[in-house]
Amino acid sequence: MSTKLSGPGSVRRNPGRGPAGSGLPRTARNARHHAPITATGLAVKVVLLGLVAGIAIWAAFPLVEAEKWAGLALLAVTTAGLCYLYLTRRHIPAKYLVPGTLFLIAFQIVPVLYTASTAFTNFGDGHRGSKDDAIVAIQTASVKQVPGSAEYALSVATAGDPATGPLIFLVTDPRTGAVSAGDGEGLRQLDAADVTVAPGGKVTAADGYTVLNFGQASARSQEITDLVVPTAGGALRSSGLSRAYEGKAIRAYDAGCDCVKDNETGKTWSADEATGSFVAADGERLAQGWKVNVGLSNFTRVLTDENISGPFLGTLLWNFAFALGSTGGTFILGMFIALALHSPRMRGTNLYRVLLILPYAMPSFAMLLVWRDMFNTDFGLINNLFGLSIDWFGHDWSARFAVILVQLWLGYPYMFLVATGALQAIPRELTEATSVDGASPWQSFRAVTLPLLLVALSPLLISSFAYNFNNFNAIYLTTEGAPFPADNPTNGATDLLITYTYRLAFGAQGAEFGFAAAISLFIFTIVAVVSAVSFRSTRKQEEVYS
Amino acid sequence: MRIRTAGVVAVLGLALAASGCGGGDDDSSAPAAKESANAAGGKLVIWADDKRTAALKPFAEKFGQENGVTVEVQAVSKDLQTNFVTASQQGSGPDVVVGAHDWIGNMVQNGAIDPVQLAADQKSAFNETAIKAVTFNGQLYGVPYAQENLALIRNTDLAPEAPKTIEDLVATGKKLKAEKKVSEILCLQVGQNGDAYHIYPLYTSAGGYLFGTAANGDYDPKDLGVGKPESIEAFKKIGALGEKGEGVLKRSIADTNSIATFTGKKCAYLASGPWATVDVKKAGISYDISAFPGFAGGKEAQPFVGVQAFYVAAKGKNKALAQEFVANYTTKPDLAVALYNAEPRPPALTAALDQVKGSDPDLAKFTEAGKNGQVLPAIPAMAAIWDPFGKAEAAVIGGADPAKTITAAGKTISGSIK
Repeated sequence: MSTKLSGPGSVRRNPGRGPAGSGLPRTARNARHHAPITATGLAVKVVLLGLVAGIAIWAAFPLVEAEKWAGLALLAVTTAGLCYLYLTRRHIPAKYLVPGTLFLIAFQIVPVLYTASTAFTNFGDGHRGSKDDAIVAIQTASVKQVPGSAEYALSVATAGDPATGPLIFLVTDPRTGAVSAGDGEGLRQLDAADVTVAPGGKVTAADGYTVLNFGQASARSQEITDLVVPTAGGALRSSGLSRAYEGKAIRAYDAGCDCVKDNETGKTWSADEATGSFVAADGERLAQGWKVNVGLSNFTRVLTDENISGPFLGTLLWNFAFALGSTGGTFILGMFIALALHSPRMRGTNLYRVLLILPYAMPSFAMLLVWRDMFNTDFGLINNLFGLSIDWFGHDWSARFAVILVQLWLGYPYMFLVATGALQAIPRELTEATSVDGASPWQSFRAVTLPLLLVALSPLLISSFAYNFNNFNAIYLTTEGAPFPADNPTNGATDLLITYTYRLAFGAQGAEFGFAAAISLFIFTIVAVVSAVSFRSTRKQEEVYS
Repeated sequence: MRIRTAGVVAVLGLALAASGCGGGDDDSSAPAAKESANAAGGKLVIWADDKRTAALKPFAEKFGQENGVTVEVQAVSKDLQTNFVTASQQGSGPDVVVGAHDWIGNMVQNGAIDPVQLAADQKSAFNETAIKAVTFNGQLYGVPYAQENLALIRNTDLAPEAPKTIEDLVATGKKLKAEKKVSEILCLQVGQNGDAYHIYPLYTSAGGYLFGTAANGDYDPKDLGVGKPESIEAFKKIGALGEKGEGVLKRSIADTNSIATFTGKKCAYLASGPWATVDVKKAGISYDISAFPGFAGGKEAQPFVGVQAFYVAAKGKNKALAQEFVANYTTKPDLAVALYNAEPRPPALTAALDQVKGSDPDLAKFTEAGKNGQVLPAIPAMAAIWDPFGKAEAAVIGGADPAKTITAAGKTISGSIK
């Protein structure tokens, strides 16, 4: 983007074009001289700070509940700091800087740090929770009904208060009709005379016990699920609130050997802390694993797995081509339209402007899908309109051309808008002066208009480049990366790094957030380097012109 | 100085007021929940997609009133499974979730759902395939309410006879095309990147398979059929129907236009499921439904059978009530009929199917077409199949070499199965 100024000396900074109204420094200066405090200002301050304190107190309760003391301390310090800052008359610059900084930390730095920390773990499907979670899940999933055992009708009861008294299961054996009361100790048969049994076998009343209704019982849901009544063959467990079954946990965790044992087959799966899963001697792995730190293995996988590193360079090159093509194409088209409409001889400019902005006003999601259908070989508008039978998304270069064309259509109104704005700010005297000096329109454009435009637009072009570099939707909603070579379904000709890695991280067996985070750090590094280099050269350019 | 003190006082006052509002919510909600729990019982939260939420609401309310509990049905319109797994992990998930049976593998490996214990007589009230679909690692993980599978829908004005083999279909289709009555022989969605679900009947008929069966009847992820010689043979047959061959299968027919092309009378045959009948009826086409035909002399064409089910969340706050709702309430025919009315998929409860069969002859035909179907694998390894398999299909239909393509797909798939 760095264009050298070809005709030096012809451009001078116009003093009148500075940022209009330097209100900001003036206020700051006045504040130091104890400016009068207006009622509105005070009200705004009170309301905003009140909100801050309110949000802080609202956020404090969950933190206290979860016993996150560090978070609570951070919250208290931040809130106190904010209140101090805006109630004192000192620290004027900080008053302007702090809100932005806080938002920067909350929405930029924290997510980046979180992504970075995730990249060192195996966080993903099958490895989401802690080891304890995995053990609970394995044991619960292995509870099986004892073969040939009865299905009991269940009533949940208590000998004490319905809300707090110890829970009792009143179960009716369907084979004998005998009613028993069960708790953590075991089953005790009740005298038939003491109980009232409904036709379905459910106990509705029992001497000495209060039968809980569904409402009362469900309020103590956790206790009911946890209550296990030991029996000879296994244990009685509740299945909902009206049935109980005799079940047995086939698999149990043994802390002694740090392994899971299967009581039926005798097989054991030992905990492997390196991969966060229970693995048997024959290599079989239990599905329920846990999250562990895996060090650099996600990063080394990116570099060493030839499925990933092999097509990486080609994808990277196309990614640059796509981002440059999208940004450059839209900029050139948008700028020339803006120049055309900027000409004083042009009539009806407002109408044209409205028409040109239309693509920008439509939701790009919907437009991308519409474009995808327009490129359909047999049914698409483009082939039908021009009588073609091109398989647009079936060949590498036609697909690449198509996605850039779509980006051009979607993106040029934005460039047109910003270029129009920047053109208004270039005084006409400058171009008039060049024509007096005998320059052709092209020369005056090259030497005056374009460099001045670029001063204003370079940062926008860089951000547009960074955006297009990771323009996931542009590919995923149109070609989905197609066409794919027949021998490699993971990397297509129009794949950007972001769509390619999305497929690697989420297209395989379940989501792998840790791996995805590692890849996004790579992409982050590439975009950051490109942006930094571009901004450096822009700064040099600005120094030349100012 | 006075103003500053006033400011401090005002800020503190407002903060108290604001926290009073915010914190008040928190404070009062905890005891309020307890109070209402004492008075009106606990709360059951159900997550479902938009369509089913509407159908579930009246039943959930009835369940709540009958049992003195509050039932909340919340619509999650996008990525229900992912949202459920993530929310469960954080402890903010629901008690019951409604979704497809092929989610089970992933939900189990994330410890997000609990097994459901059904009595023998409850189980026998269901279609056998449906029960098989929700059984994973020997445990029943959900209560099915509807099942669905592909069938061949044909325009009876154009093609009065149901084709017995795919060759019959191609012959009739070609004749219609020559007579300019249609522009496509068959509307079977392929798309740019393939569609494993819709090509599966042809793949099985040509002799291919995805996973072998383990000793316990589950699919065995270690026995991958993609990349094996059978699968290459199958794709050779599919490729012969492709763009460079007969031109029956085309990448330009995709999920977005396949049903519309059929309702626009541009093709006489549509490979689709119960969800397509709404559009077909709306277009006023006289149609009939038959099993998807296989290759002449080949194996049976087996569509995937998918099942929609209710699951009990493992990390729900009210598991006992959730178990009660799922095991004892969703097993009733009324609910299955209401869900059928919300979207016409055949109910999995035999009694409910009998109830609606009379007014909707399509259901029995779809069930018949899916009789020899294969349960869609619920093992987590299935997630690794969809994308590479679909792309291989698209490439072969586009004219790529089957052997090279399928071998590469098999390698990619086995590489990503853990």
